[in-house]
Amino acid sequence: MRPSLQRYRNILDFALSSLLRRKGRNLALISVYTLVVFVIASLVFFVQALKREAHELLAQAPDMVVQRMVAGRHDPVPLAQVEAIRSIRGVDEVQARLWGYYYDPVFGGNLTVLATEDAALAPDAIWIGQGVARSMRVREGDLIPLRGYDGQSSLFSIQKVLPESSELVSSDLVLMAPKDVRALFHFPEGLATDLAVQAGNPRELPTIAAKIVELYPDSRPILKAEILRTYEAVFDWRGGLMVVVLGSAVLSFIIFAWDKATGLSAEERKEIGVLKSLGWESSDVLLLKFWEGTVISVTAFLTGVLLAYAHVFFFSASLFEHALKGWSVLFPRFRLIPALDGYQLTVLFFLTVLPYTAATLVPSWRAATVDPDAAMRS
Amino acid sequence: MIELSQVVKTYQAGLATPFTAVDRVTLSIPAARLTVLKGPSGSGKTTLLTLIGCMARPTSGRIHLHGLAADALPHLAPADALEITSLPERFLTAIRRRTFGFIFQQFNLVRGISVLENVLLPTYPTGEDPRAVEARAVERLESLGLARHLRASVDRLSGGEAQRVAIARALINDPAVIIADEPTAHLDSRLSEDFMGLMSQFKDAGKTLLITSHDPIVYDSELADLVVEMRDGRVVSES
Repeated sequence: MRPSLQRYRNILDFALSSLLRRKGRNLALISVYTLVVFVIASLVFFVQALKREAHELLAQAPDMVVQRMVAGRHDPVPLAQVEAIRSIRGVDEVQARLWGYYYDPVFGGNLTVLATEDAALAPDAIWIGQGVARSMRVREGDLIPLRGYDGQSSLFSIQKVLPESSELVSSDLVLMAPKDVRALFHFPEGLATDLAVQAGNPRELPTIAAKIVELYPDSRPILKAEILRTYEAVFDWRGGLMVVVLGSAVLSFIIFAWDKATGLSAEERKEIGVLKSLGWESSDVLLLKFWEGTVISVTAFLTGVLLAYAHVFFFSASLFEHALKGWSVLFPRFRLIPALDGYQLTVLFFLTVLPYTAATLVPSWRAATVDPDAAMRS
Repeated sequence: MIELSQVVKTYQAGLATPFTAVDRVTLSIPAARLTVLKGPSGSGKTTLLTLIGCMARPTSGRIHLHGLAADALPHLAPADALEITSLPERFLTAIRRRTFGFIFQQFNLVRGISVLENVLLPTYPTGEDPRAVEARAVERLESLGLARHLRASVDRLSGGEAQRVAIARALINDPAVIIADEPTAHLDSRLSEDFMGLMSQFKDAGKTLLITSHDPIVYDSELADLVVEMRDGRVVSES
């Protein structure tokens, strides 16, 4: 091996042995450091995975939803508007949607009731989401009563429980025939909750939306891109909220790490003096301290990231789920698809490893540049 | 030969309480001989050693190495004198590494690592072949009777053993000059005699030895070729 490479190796070996000599202190440092990386990486992974999940699920959503507003509130849309909107140039398909919220007083949660024209749905039957099945403790084949607008209960048989893969959006869903929805909510004939619009060319959507507003000034078109943006904002906001809540923990770590990293003990100072008196250059001492800092920060970073990966993708972020998934009574249970974003990891690396490594080098540089005669006088 | 000319070392120069530890010392230390610096505590012996050993720079004055730093700086120091006080830090480090071997009063072994690792410490930045260096370290330790302690932690050694490890470490880069600061301060008479026996071997091997001591076993020894007495930072006698 070339002498310059051998020098690096020798100093790296000595750095590892130095770390082992101060096991207690370094293990404490790595543990706290790992915890902070774990928390931040969990948040980053979770928020990213949720956003990706939302993107994939919304890929199937209509390009635009048209609502009608009365006195600033969402109001049913007359079905007559379906044909008028369909005739606008660029519109491929318009579908009237019928849906509403059903409050279940037994478990104190809201269900989303949605009408479906699916031919597979049997008469007087419903399909329910996993969250509904869990909360009501029911399964396929069971009968459940739903209280109508007039206080009368109707019995529905559960034909299907929707698959877990769609649970993020279907957890609280109850699918039933349009006539059942109208009967349950006393929803007038000739009206729908909103209209789902598909366009041939998504770039024409703003123009179509403008034409709809021109045609029906009391309408409110909502583009899919706007829904996505809202989802992103909500997940970012929740992630940010967690960061704020955990800010005090992160700050404590920074103070702890700064103290540990910047404060060279008297023994370490003496050791640096001895090494210099034995012929180590200041650059050799800095290399030694650089390796020590790098080993600690990279170990903590990798351990924290791996733990966060397992926490988010194998244990569904069980530590943060209540803060991040939502505030409904019906928490969706789902397993996120493992995905790593190189950019996020790089940012995380630079935010955690570099500051620590830099913090260790400054005091070492100060100690390494003093005359080695301190060793003679200790 | 090491030649000092009007060497002064003042700490806190320019501040309210300057302290001159070495005051206008002019001295010639012969090569391949044993020179003892003696004097009471605070007489400036250790400071003078740090100046000669390139660990600190004098406030004023000149120090010349005659034919001693050829290994350290072959391109700068052929056979003639090398003036070391004005050299950049990098060159001083090279001289410390190659020309001088230090034996400290407190031994200054690095705790928590083995005897062998301590002896190898001065070789790490050189990037030499680790097998050759380790063979050399083992040989030095065996010659000092420490073969069975190679892998032991230095924390478990007796005072005499720790000093012999420090000696092995000082010798690992085969220096021309061995500098020892109060080497017998923590040893009993028998171990002090043993130490002088080792010094005798090194002297026979052609090493230049420079020792500070106020122990009669050292400065009254027949081995001492030159005894320099210091007081208040100045040389008061040479014999």
